[in-house]
Amino acid sequence: MYAFNYHRPASLAEASAVLVANADAKFMAGGQTLLPAMKLRLANPSDLVDLVALRAELSGIRREGDRVVIGAMTRHGEIATSDVLLAAIPALAGMAAIVGDPAVRSRGTMGGSLANNDPAADYPAAALALGATIVTDRREIAADHYFLGLFETALEEGEIITAIAWPIPKRAGYEKFRNPASRYAMVGVFVAERADGAVRVTVTGAGASGVFRATDFETALTADFSSAALAGVAASPEGLNTDIHADAEYRAHLVGVMARRAVAAATA
Amino acid sequence: MSATGIGAPVLRREDKRYITGKGQYVDDVNRYGQAHAFFLRSPHAHARILSIDTAEAEAEPGVVAVYTGQHLADDKVGGLICGWMIHSKDGSPMKAGPHPALAQGKVRYVGDHVAVVIADTYSEAKDAAEKIVVDYEVLDAVVDTAGARTAGGEPVHEVAPDNTVFEFHLGNREPTEAAFARAAHVTKIDLVNNRLIPNAMEPRAAVGDWDAGTDTFTLYTTSQNPHVARLVLSAFIGIAPEHKLRVIAPDVGGGFGSKIFIYAEETVCVWAAKKVGRPVKWCAERTEAFLSDAHGRDHVTHAELATDAGGRVIGLKVHTVANLGAYLSTFSSSVPTYLYAPLLSGQYDIPAIYVEVDAVYSNTAPVDAYRGAGRPEATFVIERLMEVAARELGKDPAEFRRQNFVTSFPHQTPVIMCYDVGDYAASLDKALATVDYVGFPARRAESERRGMLRGLGFSAYIEACGIAPSAAVGSLGAGVGLWESAEVRVNPVGTVEVLTGSHSHGQGHETTFAQLVSDRLGIPIDNVSIVHGDTDKVQMGMGTYGSRSGAVGMSAIVKALDKIETKARKVAGHVLEAAEGDIEFKDGKFTVKGTDKSIDFASVALQAYVAHKFNGQELEPGLKEGAFYDPTNFTFPSGVHICEVEIDPDTGVTRIERWVAVDDFGVLINPMIVEGQVHGGIAQGVGQALFEGTVYDSSGQLLTASYMDYQMPRAYDFPRFSVETTETRCPSNPLGIKGCGEAGAIAAPPAVINAITDALGHEDIAMPATPRAVWRAIRRTPQKMAAE
Repeated sequence: MYAFNYHRPASLAEASAVLVANADAKFMAGGQTLLPAMKLRLANPSDLVDLVALRAELSGIRREGDRVVIGAMTRHGEIATSDVLLAAIPALAGMAAIVGDPAVRSRGTMGGSLANNDPAADYPAAALALGATIVTDRREIAADHYFLGLFETALEEGEIITAIAWPIPKRAGYEKFRNPASRYAMVGVFVAERADGAVRVTVTGAGASGVFRATDFETALTADFSSAALAGVAASPEGLNTDIHADAEYRAHLVGVMARRAVAAATA
Repeated sequence: MSATGIGAPVLRREDKRYITGKGQYVDDVNRYGQAHAFFLRSPHAHARILSIDTAEAEAEPGVVAVYTGQHLADDKVGGLICGWMIHSKDGSPMKAGPHPALAQGKVRYVGDHVAVVIADTYSEAKDAAEKIVVDYEVLDAVVDTAGARTAGGEPVHEVAPDNTVFEFHLGNREPTEAAFARAAHVTKIDLVNNRLIPNAMEPRAAVGDWDAGTDTFTLYTTSQNPHVARLVLSAFIGIAPEHKLRVIAPDVGGGFGSKIFIYAEETVCVWAAKKVGRPVKWCAERTEAFLSDAHGRDHVTHAELATDAGGRVIGLKVHTVANLGAYLSTFSSSVPTYLYAPLLSGQYDIPAIYVEVDAVYSNTAPVDAYRGAGRPEATFVIERLMEVAARELGKDPAEFRRQNFVTSFPHQTPVIMCYDVGDYAASLDKALATVDYVGFPARRAESERRGMLRGLGFSAYIEACGIAPSAAVGSLGAGVGLWESAEVRVNPVGTVEVLTGSHSHGQGHETTFAQLVSDRLGIPIDNVSIVHGDTDKVQMGMGTYGSRSGAVGMSAIVKALDKIETKARKVAGHVLEAAEGDIEFKDGKFTVKGTDKSIDFASVALQAYVAHKFNGQELEPGLKEGAFYDPTNFTFPSGVHICEVEIDPDTGVTRIERWVAVDDFGVLINPMIVEGQVHGGIAQGVGQALFEGTVYDSSGQLLTASYMDYQMPRAYDFPRFSVETTETRCPSNPLGIKGCGEAGAIAAPPAVINAITDALGHEDIAMPATPRAVWRAIRRTPQKMAAE
């Protein structure tokens, strides 16, 4: 780890100001991605802006009518065990329960994960499928306009996610095939039938440009929301990652398998 | 059997300190005034070093010194050595290239040592290393094992123009050719034994210290054999003569072979300690461990098995290319030769065997012994062949093995080994019963009803442990003898310290060795302590590897205890005023035969030191004896493992549903510790078969240099193991024990692959059989596709 300046701002405004004032500054929420990268000297921020002092302000899970609002600094472990969420969107709570390992879940946060937009992270699939709204210190961003590619989001410099609003779907399911070594999603598929009946199928871990929608699967499920409806539907290997663990063809196959299993979970 | 004697499942005495954070590992050693070393490593697999400029780094804050290979050369520090000479079939000696502790002129793998920065803190050393400017001329890298000999371009070492270290052979060639000529059937296979990265929980570490007052060195190092480290550092590398060099290997957190070897880092730390006049400490980061710990395996093999019309195996031909990496590590040359070829006969009576092994250099990390060392590679060859042959011949794989088992002992194989004792059918029968072999078709049918594939695979293995005798290994090229030493010191109050040349780095010697002493002397186990890992305490020893500490190390203790008992009888005779011949020793008591006159062991110990009751001219005071033990033969543990898997054809994921291990380790000292060794061995073997794939790209970059890409086995990956034993007593050591440390890792890989190929209904899948590999294999298996 290289030397860096450590900041612990007490307000959103102060946090944003520190970040903007230092060209190579980085926000840190739970630090579960950033700190390992810094230890390996792969990340070298001049200034680390630790948001931990904002945790009281930015965490918590509450139901607001037909949606659940989760504070950005809420940790995966808290999300996984939230009675409110387990009742409203069990698939999202279930997803939080299988993010990383127990150590990661006790420190890592939903806002941190969505701000980082790792192509193998879990939440982007849920956000895009459920139509989440990313709430920041300056605006609200629809998930459809938020994910811009690998580690790229619509967040502007110094912009801080404060909460994520999750519309409650009719039903949803998530299945992931883990990378055998890292246990990140090698292919993760989230399926949702929204309150208005719209169907979304989203894929994380597999795409060369990050999370994406599997529209052929959406079409099939719109006609018939069942695993059987996906029997003849195949994902294309085009645009999927190839690495030492899985080639694009295998990933494409797994998209189909995980989608069928996610639907089965959603309809169970 | 007493509660703490031989055969008792005594809880491991050392575990309390291990699991409460009270162990003392090398990284826990902090010497006054110590500086910290960081090694600048090569980012290139193969390059000429045109220049190194360290001036800027030397000016960085906290930097004490920066050294390169030139400094080692100037100080006439010798290179690292390979301690086992192998001769090619034409009689020429193996081609050993130079192996300086810091590169001189060339780097030969990613992670090779270019320079060391020594600074007040580790961070300062690491920061300063970034300021070293190295001008490299990058050369084409030799990476591929099978292609190394024909790679062209600049060879890894000048001394080996076609990257060939040696061309070894063993066995009887003409009879083997004749057997194949008359064979009714020949089974042929091509195999890759995948390269593995050891991943001991504790990374390697070293602290070098130098005492200016006495001009003596102390090296704390993560070693499985501190005396061998001292011998090599003294006699070959030239750090200091042995009486001026103390090597301490304190608690060591796993080795699996990787800590047998003498590496660049500890060499540099102990040398630099005098140079900078301060203790120098280094502890590997995990990435460094991936890059620079000696790797294991990495064979490419073609093998053929000849059978007669009745299904008897009549001949075996094996050709292997073994990748030894960029340099010859300490015992690297012995692994694919004498630890491999002599085991290819397996448990079978094969009259004709011929083995050729071409060892090659490549621009990859050095390869040396890793749990099993040669024997897993041999077992994989013969057990895959036996499985494939059984299927080709339409025979039950268990019965085909049984038909070919060695059944009379001693049995001389055509490849050196003389098997002393065994009952292979007994292990097979027990394994078949335990796994419920007759119930397998029903279990398979049940799996198929759920859309799953089920398979069962055998591995009937044999290994040679307790590597010995010294004269024999010497004739095969070993640079050292492979005996073991022990010293038993009885204190005046009757407590006992045992100094052993074995080294425990997780094996539980502090428990098992003490059980032996408690049993023999009839004293409480708490009165026995085991001392190891310090060359100032233990005079000499050969260390722990090759499942040798029970068979060889404990036998040395037995020999020393024999002497203790002899002396104690004399003392007891004087005290009890009886002839020595009338003294009986049993349950910790010396008794005059036919009387009630007796004295316990502790009192005899006191009398030995008080020395009032005997004449010092007739009998020396004191009670302390030492012994060196050199066995008469290897030991031959054997057994049968059966693996039963279920495969999800949708994803290619393999789950192990049943694992039965039936091992013949001879006499067991502590069955609980033995079972733990078997569990760990199976986990490592399954790791090789299913998970652990080391990947270098074509430029020699290690793509699996972290746990993000290198998959280790997890507890979740295993069912509850059924571990059973059979027993034939080993005739070549006084305890009748054979060794158990490597058995699981040797047995497991073919059992897994045989099970997977059984499930898939075809004969070939490479290790590691990852979900992708299995899924691909399913797709090229027409009959299974049709069945779906």
